[in-house]
Order: sequence, then C-alpha cells, then structure tokens
Amino acid sequence: MHRTRPFDHLILIIGAALLVLPVVVAFMTSTYTAAQIHTGGLQILPGGNFTETYSKVLTQKGGFTGQITGARMLMNSMILGIGFALGKIVLSMMAAYAIVYFRFRFATIMFWVIFTTLLLPLEVRIMPSYGVMSQLGLLNSYTGLIVPLLASATGTFYFRQFFKSIPDELLEAARIDGAGPFKFLIDVIVPLSKTMIAAIFIIMFVYGWNQYLWPMLMTTDESFFTLMRGIKSILQVWIGSQIPDYNEAFALAVLAIIPPVAVVVIFQRWFIKGLTESDK
Amino acid sequence: MASIAIENVVKTYAGGNTAVHGVSIDIKDGEFIVLVGPSGCGKSTLLRMVAGLESISGGDVRIGDRKVNDLDPADRDIAMVFQNYALYPHMTVRENLAYGLKNRKTPKAEIEARVAEAARMLEIGQYLDRKPRALSGGQRQRVAMGRAIVRKPAAFLFDEPLSNLDAKLRVTMRAEIRKLQKRLGTTSIYVTHDQLEAMTLADRLVVLNAGRIEQIGAPLEIYHKPASTFVASFIGSPAMNLVDARVEGGMLWFGGVSVPLAGAQGPVTLGLRAEDLRLAAPGEAAVQLRIEHVEELGAQRLVHGMVEDQSLTIALSPDIPLTDTLPIALPRERLHLFDAVSGKRIETRVPAFA
Repeated sequence: MHRTRPFDHLILIIGAALLVLPVVVAFMTSTYTAAQIHTGGLQILPGGNFTETYSKVLTQKGGFTGQITGARMLMNSMILGIGFALGKIVLSMMAAYAIVYFRFRFATIMFWVIFTTLLLPLEVRIMPSYGVMSQLGLLNSYTGLIVPLLASATGTFYFRQFFKSIPDELLEAARIDGAGPFKFLIDVIVPLSKTMIAAIFIIMFVYGWNQYLWPMLMTTDESFFTLMRGIKSILQVWIGSQIPDYNEAFALAVLAIIPPVAVVVIFQRWFIKGLTESDK
Repeated sequence: MASIAIENVVKTYAGGNTAVHGVSIDIKDGEFIVLVGPSGCGKSTLLRMVAGLESISGGDVRIGDRKVNDLDPADRDIAMVFQNYALYPHMTVRENLAYGLKNRKTPKAEIEARVAEAARMLEIGQYLDRKPRALSGGQRQRVAMGRAIVRKPAAFLFDEPLSNLDAKLRVTMRAEIRKLQKRLGTTSIYVTHDQLEAMTLADRLVVLNAGRIEQIGAPLEIYHKPASTFVASFIGSPAMNLVDARVEGGMLWFGGVSVPLAGAQGPVTLGLRAEDLRLAAPGEAAVQLRIEHVEELGAQRLVHGMVEDQSLTIALSPDIPLTDTLPIALPRERLHLFDAVSGKRIETRVPAFA
C-alpha cells in the first residue's frame, strides 16, 4: 500500500481549491448588489444581499413579458433534464433490447446505422429537426423541446453492451419459467440494469440540463425558457445606462449548478453500490 | 411424469453444420438417462432441443403423448438445471423458486406450500430470503434444483449441473441428485462429459460421438461390453488399453503370446482394461511390460509401460514390488476385440478348452 504523505495532500488540496474557487467566487459575488459588483468587481467574501438576490431571482417576474420567474425557469429546466434523461433511457433500452434479444433481418446493420448517428451531432441536423417540429406545431411545447433529442446512439450502445454481458442462460431459464419477452424485460432485464440506468441517467440529465442551442430555437414563448437562457437574458439588458444584474446572473448560475450536482451525488451512490454488489 | 421419445432427431445449423445426426432414444417414465460424450458431440444440443431452446431440424420429440416440436419451452412441462445455475441475481431465493409458478398464475398459497416443500427437501430453508450472490456454489446449485422441483414438471433436464463445483462437492451433490430423482420418480435427462458422473447416475447411458449414438445401455453393460473403440476408451478410468493384435487360425496373438479365440480373423484392435490385467504366475504365458512410469493413487498404482512397441497401462496393488519388466497375463474372459478399421466390437468366444 502506498502511504499518503503530506505533500500528496497538498497537491490534492491545491487542485480541489483551484476547481472550487470559481464556484465560490460566483456564489459570494451573487450576495452583493449589482452596483457593488460593478464598482468592486468579483468578490470572495460574503456580502449582505443574499436573501434579497435569491428571493428576487426565484420569485420576481421578469423577462420582456414580465411573466417569468426564476422558479419557473428552474422547473422548465427540470422538466427538460428529467424528461430528456428518462426518455432517452426508455427509448435506448428498448432499442438495445430489440437488437440483442430479437432475431430480425438486418439487425446488425440497424445497430451500426444507429451507431453512426453518433457522428452527427445535434447541430448538423438542427435545421431539419426544427422544420419538422414547426410543421408538427410543436414549437413552444415541452414535447417539442424533449422528443427530438431522445434518440440516443450512446444510450443504445451502452445498453447493448450491457445486455450482451447478461448470460444467455438467464434468458433460457426465464423462457422455461414461462416469461415472455415483455415479462423478461420488466422482471429480469430492468432490475439487472439498475446500475446502468443510474449511470446513463447521470450523463443524460446533465446533458439535457445544459442544453442551450436547441431550447433557444424551439421556444420563443418565455414561459418555456430554461435556466440557461435565463442567465443569458439577464445579461442582455445592458441598454443605455442600466447596469446588468450581475448578482442575479451569478445567483441563477449557482442555482443551475445545484440539480446536476444533486443528481450526480444521489445516483453515484447507487451506481457504486451496484458495482460493488454485482454478482461475480 | 412422462416418457420421452426422441425419434430421428436432427440438428442442422444455418451454416449447414450438422450437430446431431438422426438420434433416437426411448426414455421410459421415471428413468434417469445420462447423455455422455466429449465436447462437441452434440449432447447439449440434443438436450436443448428437448427443452425447446433450440429448434428441431428433423425428427420428433414427444413428451408423454404430446409432440412438442413446435411448443415453447414453457409449454413443454419440463424444468432445466443449468451449468452456471442461471439464478436471477436480483431476486431472493424464495422469489427465484416462485418465479416460474407465478408466471403460471399458480395460487399464492400453493406457491408457498411448494416452495416450502422444495426448501425442506433441499435443506435450503434458512437461505430463502438471501440473494443468490450470498450463497456458495453448492447452495446455488440446490436452489437451481429447487427451481426445477417446485414446478413438478414431467421431466428434469440437467445441463452439466455439477461442472462448476469442486471435486468433493460434486460427489455429494451427485449422490443427492440421484436420491432426489429416485424419490420424486421424475423422468430425467442429464448431460455430462464426466464418465464417472455418467456411470454413477444413470439408469441408462447414451454415449454420443460426433452427433451420433455410439451405444445405449446400462452403465455396467457398457463398461463390460463397449460397442466400439470410442466407447471403450471413453467409459472407464483409466481408459481401456487399445492395442493392435492379430487373430490367426483361432489364436489371438499379442506381444508374442497367443490365446485361443474364435469369431475373428486378421488384424484386430484388442481392448484390455487396466484393472483386468494382472501379474502372470510363474510359468504362465505372459507379455513382457517394460515400465516407463508409475502413478501412485494410494489404493492402487497405475503402471504405464510398453509391450514391444505398444503402450499399455495396468492397475496393480501397491504391495506388488516393481521391477524393470513385469510379466503380464492376458485375462482370457475379459478380452475386448474390435474391428481394426471400423472400430466396432467383434463378438468372440473363448473356447472352453485349453
């Protein structure tokens, strides 16, 4: 065993401090008023404006229409993040289940077709996707926000690899036990995939939460704005002599960090538990 | 409870490979049949066709009086025990046992009663609420058997169930499977590549080679009268010695010694079991065995050596002192003769006189 020496700790501490510092600065700065920030710059010590800033950000109606609050944007982001992650998991699990457990013509080709879409990022197909959604009349709706992003080659690929590692005998035992394809999926595959689902949920939730381009295209109605757009729109009010509400932007940014961090912390525990408990 | 009829069953894979060539076996109700053979002989494929996990390319499988060729595994009224147990890792032992019954919509009380009965029979009662990963290999194998028992199927199918266990446990589990099967009286098909397991378990053995049946018979019958050189070398440990010999004018010649024998002519393959060979008494006709190496097994020792240019193994008591060459007498009642080309058994008679 390697003995940990003080020097090692020093490096770790410096590294951790370096990574945490921007977040601390953002949080501390958000507790000042906009004017103080404008004159004093970034802050490392707590200011006295915490409650005011955060309650204003969360509850005050703002935006061009004056209809949208920070809480609403938080909810929108949540709906997008969770809907996106769950949708991707359900869809890619079913796709992988079909590819691995059903014999149909061109299954391998199908898989590779799905897999090559990994090479095409959202930006490449963003115009046609927008066109389709607009013709379906799904602009400014949660469906329009979430559905076009659901098809996931990454998720399908991970689940396929995982399903392939499940011994065939389990399927055979289930067949003899009288479980049909649907029962086998629900009773055996899904519980066994728990760790995999947790891992993919982490990745996909963060990915969905951080979406910026697609929500910006899809939504013009402010009641569908996500946090990411909200932060941006606060900084866009720099007209005339008005000072941008830096403190609010920082506060929103801090709020925007919390859910992904929470998701990672919660699911990581399950994830590790699953890894250590797994059979052989 | 049912008989199983396997009639001219053929398995041809999509690539044109034929794994099983027209195999027929009649299995009586309550019989314990062991399919034995080297890897790749088609024994597992045959079992999986009976189970319904592989499609049947030709011929019929009947369980009871139903033809089951096109039935789902679940509808064939069979239960299978797998080599790697195939327990559902996320379910407790109880749930594992109950799963098949639950899928068949068995009433709850009945499930509980059957699980309790199986658990008592297999002595796994105290593990019912554990997950399979918390069990040892032997315990897992019991659970796997429990899963078969609770279903009360017409037949048990075992696919090398003991291969993953250590040698000692294998012996105990072997005895338990045998006892259990006798007690329940359920028709069973058991696949193994271990000839010892095959000998000890079977009511009747089926020796398979390259997708064909070499011989079907009771274990002792096969041991004493192997139908071919393949069976002779596969059943029995150490493997039967197979040496080249000649029959001329009613005399079998081997190693410069002749034994009167009728029923064959020309070059033959002579089969000699190591345990049938013994030291020659002084003055008795004997072949000379030059010792090459000796394996000490404790109760006996296996002496490997050469007679002229052919190798021969003999099992001797450890009390017999070893010299460089040993005179070995041929057991006239225990000679196995096989056709030198086809390897098929030649029925011979040892003349009463001489």
